[in-house]
Amino acid sequence: MKRIFVRTEICTACKTCELACAIEHSQAKSIHASPYERPHPMRRVFVEATDGRKIPILCRHCEDAPCVAACISGALFRDVVADAVVCDWTRCIGCWTCIMVCPYGVIGRQLELGKAVKCDLCPGREIPACVDSCPTKALIYQEAEDFSKERRQAFAASVAGG
Amino acid sequence: MFPTDRSISPDSVEMLTLAQKLGVTTTWDRYQAQLPQCGFGETGLCCRHCLQGPCRIDPFGDGLKEGICGATADTFVARGLGRAIAAGAAAHSGHAKHLAHTLKKFALGKAPDYRIADSNKLRAVAERMGIPLDGKQDAQIAGELAELALQEFSEREEPLRWATHTLTPGRVKKFADLGLLPYGIDSAVSEVMHRTTNGVDADPVNILLGSIKCALSDYAGMYMATDLSDILFGVPQPVVAKANLGALKKDAINIAVHGHNPVLSEMVVAMAPQMEERAKAAGASQGINIVGICCTGNEVMMRHGLPQATNALSQELAVLTGALDAIVVDYQCVMPSLTQIADGYQTKVITTMGIAKMPGAVHINFDEEHAADGARQIIQLAIEAFTKRDAAKIHIPELSNAAIAGISAEAVLGVLAKLDGGDPLKPLIDNIVNGNITGVCLFAGCNDVKIQQDRSFINLVKELARRDVLILATGCASGSFGRHGLLTPEATEKYAGPGLKAVMTALGQAAGLGAPLPLALHTGSCVDNTRAVSIAVAIANKLGVDLDQLPVVATAPEAAMEKAVVIGTWAVALGLPTHVGVVPPVTGSPLVVKVLTETAKDLLGGYFIVEADPAKAADKLFAALNERRKGLGLSEKVLAIVPA
Repeated sequence: MKRIFVRTEICTACKTCELACAIEHSQAKSIHASPYERPHPMRRVFVEATDGRKIPILCRHCEDAPCVAACISGALFRDVVADAVVCDWTRCIGCWTCIMVCPYGVIGRQLELGKAVKCDLCPGREIPACVDSCPTKALIYQEAEDFSKERRQAFAASVAGG
Repeated sequence: MFPTDRSISPDSVEMLTLAQKLGVTTTWDRYQAQLPQCGFGETGLCCRHCLQGPCRIDPFGDGLKEGICGATADTFVARGLGRAIAAGAAAHSGHAKHLAHTLKKFALGKAPDYRIADSNKLRAVAERMGIPLDGKQDAQIAGELAELALQEFSEREEPLRWATHTLTPGRVKKFADLGLLPYGIDSAVSEVMHRTTNGVDADPVNILLGSIKCALSDYAGMYMATDLSDILFGVPQPVVAKANLGALKKDAINIAVHGHNPVLSEMVVAMAPQMEERAKAAGASQGINIVGICCTGNEVMMRHGLPQATNALSQELAVLTGALDAIVVDYQCVMPSLTQIADGYQTKVITTMGIAKMPGAVHINFDEEHAADGARQIIQLAIEAFTKRDAAKIHIPELSNAAIAGISAEAVLGVLAKLDGGDPLKPLIDNIVNGNITGVCLFAGCNDVKIQQDRSFINLVKELARRDVLILATGCASGSFGRHGLLTPEATEKYAGPGLKAVMTALGQAAGLGAPLPLALHTGSCVDNTRAVSIAVAIANKLGVDLDQLPVVATAPEAAMEKAVVIGTWAVALGLPTHVGVVPPVTGSPLVVKVLTETAKDLLGGYFIVEADPAKAADKLFAALNERRKGLGLSEKVLAIVPA
């Protein structure tokens, strides 16, 4: 199953992914109209920067997800078809335990509804909106094996070349 | 993406198909490559006004809420819009200033290749501007007028005369009361740049008011540009010309004049006959064929009946015909990509202005002192290029529509005077009062690559015409209508509602056309939007009302440039409901959106209508016209034809 990976070295922190994420999770799906919706559409990806490096952080959809384990109402669960950790809003009670246990800090609060908000890998889209929107292709959507192979090959090339 | 998704203009589609086949990248490809565009830029929530930035604000409200300096979304958006308005004003008034310098040089005897083409207009403008005429020669009047014009750019003791002496007394008073009257064109542009830099004006409404003042200086500059062009090159009169890329000729030396200012194109047109023999000797059996692109196309079309090959958006496609030997540009709306595209052809891209050069182009510095020489040099380059043509690459679309152009304000009054010599405005007013004509819509603005080329123009104009709205068009709007055969009597027969058709037929008969006037009246290039204003002002003054009471609206359904933003802004300030079909980068501030679309109406009478769908835009503009009719105590206009 594919995952969203980040090539941190080419992220410019333009935050386009953040906007695309919020737009995708809206009714109007328009940069001009979506921000006016209530409840307001929310992003699930967060561009952070430390020591001059820019990194978009998003849900890793952990195989053994702490948020799923901690969810007291059973709202957070692994959708086996989508191979994604998702939140069932009919069950979410807004206790924010998931926020407490998520090591990445990528679960948000939709306070107008009192519900937890997180990456759902954009059901209905072939490529998640954040990946599709990334102007430098710092975000990529691919199999973990393929991502690892590319990393190994890049490393091999640098060693061989050095 | 299919070429038919990019344009509804058949000649553009044909050339886009060829471009795809040849693997040539055009502006449409570059737009696709840019997608998705930055949402912060799209909403106006990116500020680059100091070196501490760039700063962004999250339109969804979860992330960044203010810039480093503390500026809010409202301040960001107002500042950004203000700068777009200032840039547009700088462009139009740069064009006007160029004409003023040309007139001054003529008056001083330093520009021998120019002349006063219309002495009556010179005297009418000078008189309007308060210059005494008593016994003076044209050259002296021209000198005084040029001097006054140049003074308008700096900071005067009194408000701009090209604003106060051309508007209704009501508007002038309103602008004075609100502190919106500019005292200098450059000074107004400069003031916006000052107040929108870091640490100056942070009050969004105050910034917008300052920007409106700047937009009014743009209005004055545009009015001046039209006046001075008419003086130097003649007041346009109705003329039948051709549109579309089919205007290019296989056996002629094709020279496209592209850009805006007739100071250059008029000279190229004037020198062409002198070079005709040389062209034929080079093997061009049909001699020299000058065509226009963009607003230069409008300028040469309305004064000389020369064809307009295409609009700014599709300028690259003219080069791809392989039949263009030179493309001569001055400034504004000229794509830097031209030189790359021309690389595969004999086409010489010739820049002429010191402020507007392009890598890869030939630069022939055009100065008014040696204008004829410069023009001959340009034509000579085209002749040389012609001899290097590759016949195998020539592909000229056959389509060529007739287009009636040159309907200046003077021409409109001339036609009306044939119905009522003593009171020319009366037939127009009577027909608005009796409901034959619902009102007037001025079509202006650009094509925008975000919209299938011409789609919004054509759909909207047909919708309004069938509702008996009298259509005026300038700039790329008139270019678009010309390309689709709408500047013809046949279009009136086909698309006008019954009331409009009756009026246009009567006017056409009176004008001796033997057919109705065209569906859309080509009132000039984009700098000529004040021609329409001058008619509206005359009507308002005659009726003793102000512009914001007249059933007159404006639209830029495919707006693209900062110049369109500033025109839209002064149209609103003048009191017109003004439609824009492309969302400008203001949606990041609900406050600014509200001021532009609602508060402006209370303050100035005019307001923006943002609507991408041409059918809905027609409904909204029609409703706005009816609201005005109601305000004047006129009957509400109901749709003559049930919508399909």
